[in-house]
Amino acid sequence: MQILLKKTMYSLFRRSVIPLTRTTGLRTLCTQAVEPGSKEHIEKLVKNKQVVVFMKGTPDKPMCGFSNAVVQLMTFHGVEKYESYNVLEDDTLRQGIKAYSNWPTIPQVYMNGEFIGGCDIMLDMHKNGDLIEELGKVGIRSAVLDMEKNKE
Amino acid sequence: MASEAERPVQAGITRKLTEHFQPHHLDIVNESFMHKVPKGSELHFRVVVVSDKFQDKPVIQRHRMVNEVLQEELKNIIALSISAKTPDQWQDSDQKVGKSPACRGGAFL
Repeated sequence: MQILLKKTMYSLFRRSVIPLTRTTGLRTLCTQAVEPGSKEHIEKLVKNKQVVVFMKGTPDKPMCGFSNAVVQLMTFHGVEKYESYNVLEDDTLRQGIKAYSNWPTIPQVYMNGEFIGGCDIMLDMHKNGDLIEELGKVGIRSAVLDMEKNKE
Repeated sequence: MASEAERPVQAGITRKLTEHFQPHHLDIVNESFMHKVPKGSELHFRVVVVSDKFQDKPVIQRHRMVNEVLQEELKNIIALSISAKTPDQWQDSDQKVGKSPACRGGAFL
């Protein structure tokens, strides 16, 4: 009971503090005509959005090491505004996103409606510099570029 | 070294990846010990596959190839971390398996 209460309070807190992190429950209310977890539903979540992360937990409290790694990468590259969806709160979305991307694991990162990859791929792209380029494609200047500039 | 009977999932992953990719190098690490799961669990894996079959394929496609081969296993395991390299890339790398990020407690959620 206590845990449930804590969870509810936490989710209320999240809604009020970071409006960009939407809980899927809210989303479902807004998109009644669209079947939750369907291709159409997920397309709406990712289309025309710079960066969207499907993860376990929230950016403030990731519930999985791989999801946490992706959040850390976003912070490192100075990506402040991205939408995140907690699949642990919505099993329909959890299954739906796996089917939509044809990708069996979480986290999953989308940029401009395009599936970029999971944690391993994001880490690879971070290491080889491709992530800077990929962010640039959707109009985000990676903070890493400024770090390099400062070094010069 | 645990026998195949004691580690059926790992044995299955090894067999399938070997058959499908004829890898120059193959590492399969059961990382379940890093998570809050019963001792001896086979739920979190990290694989390194070095194969000619990845030549000229983008990384996302390489991962899809591995996921495809392990689709049955993926129905039951919680995590699969993949490193898919060509023999040249493997030669140029530090040739280490690496380690997955620390668990954040959500394994059974």
